[in-house]
Amino acid sequence: MSERLLVATRKGLFELRGAGAALEITGRWFLGEPVTAVLRDPRDGAIYAALDLGHFGAKLHRSDDDGATWREVAVPSFAGVPSPGRDADPPPALSMIWTLEADPAATAGGGLWAGVIPGGLFGSVDKGESWTLNRGLWDQPMRAEWFGGGFDQPGVHSISFDPRDGRKVAVGVSCGGAWLSDDGGETWRVSIAGMWADYLPPQERENPATQDPHRIVRCAAAPDVLWTQHHNGVFRSVDAGLSWREIAIAPSSFGFAVAVHPRDPDTAWFAPATSDQQRYPVDGRFILTRTRDGGASFERLTAGLPDHESYDLVWRHALDVDDTGDRLAVGSTTGSLWVSDDAGDRWTCVNAHLPPIAAVRWI
Amino acid sequence: MATVTFTDRLRHVAPTRTVAVDAARLLEVIDVIGRDYPNLESYLLDDHRRLRKHVAIFVDGRLVRGQAALDLVLAPGADIYVMQALSGG
Repeated sequence: MSERLLVATRKGLFELRGAGAALEITGRWFLGEPVTAVLRDPRDGAIYAALDLGHFGAKLHRSDDDGATWREVAVPSFAGVPSPGRDADPPPALSMIWTLEADPAATAGGGLWAGVIPGGLFGSVDKGESWTLNRGLWDQPMRAEWFGGGFDQPGVHSISFDPRDGRKVAVGVSCGGAWLSDDGGETWRVSIAGMWADYLPPQERENPATQDPHRIVRCAAAPDVLWTQHHNGVFRSVDAGLSWREIAIAPSSFGFAVAVHPRDPDTAWFAPATSDQQRYPVDGRFILTRTRDGGASFERLTAGLPDHESYDLVWRHALDVDDTGDRLAVGSTTGSLWVSDDAGDRWTCVNAHLPPIAAVRWI
Repeated sequence: MATVTFTDRLRHVAPTRTVAVDAARLLEVIDVIGRDYPNLESYLLDDHRRLRKHVAIFVDGRLVRGQAALDLVLAPGADIYVMQALSGG
């Protein structure tokens, strides 16, 4: 079971270590700075932390010694990139690094991918020393219809590699749909069959360009199974993202985060909130939900979570499960952090006073 | 020569003391100092070398804004402060 957790927050990056409920903060980096994404590359142990300095732009730091020291490396850049189809708009510029992922099939140092706002996907083959815009996705004519979800501009937030074949990648864009590539990102096709959006006019509800998948995750042991927490509900695919089936969850199908069991594609966890203008836990009670039968039924997970007056919202990267499928972590916008060692049956509050949490990751 | 002072917030990417720079325009000031502080430019300018929205630059006590700020012709002995705008949060 993982005994080390990285927590990216509005005011720094934290590391916690420990077994069971005895997790303690053992590392504090970039205090005072918003950390928007974090990755520990399992291939070489490098840790990447993306910052949003607000005044001074998005930055990326890498540690090659497990957090002892950090060095600022390059960020994805739109220098020289016009904005096709929208001549009146200013050219795009990096706003925020929203997600970082490593392609497990690539050689160490290569295969580092970043999803950013405004709607760009970038790759690095030198551990973040330089970045290349993925033109295959950026040049999609449909991108002209993308729009912001939660931010002024669209953003790439989910990058999921098929562990059987790293050339097969699924990407999620808010708001720009779910995209698949079979050739390592050279070519892309949008794949939202089954998804729909009730925030659009009736004739536009199945427009692939404006779907808002909040988060897309894949089962490691059954890579054809993907789960999506969409703005409009929960969707599941059993054919590697080619088609999606809607699943209704009580008390709400709205939320941002989803985690899937690494070995059991039928088991997934969600953090529901009132849809969709309010965005706080239903009835002011923070709970999680879990299915163990592929979405046929859901349990409300409440043991160890507040029983009233809790207004914690979970952002899209702030729910994670470790490689065993037993240990979970969830962090909230109000700085609460809970862990579970029994797949969510019981939860322990590790800290209720952290800064707003953007992402949690077992490493 | 212009004198340039950076906010402490930029101490890890910019001179920590006031420096004198021989430059005619503000953009040139950034270029000259950037030779010794290569990360500085990305903190002040975006991907297209536009002044970041929440970077506040004062020249002789006056806040100068936007692209015009970078093209501003500096008076001899100009006194420049590079700060972070409160609008940035």
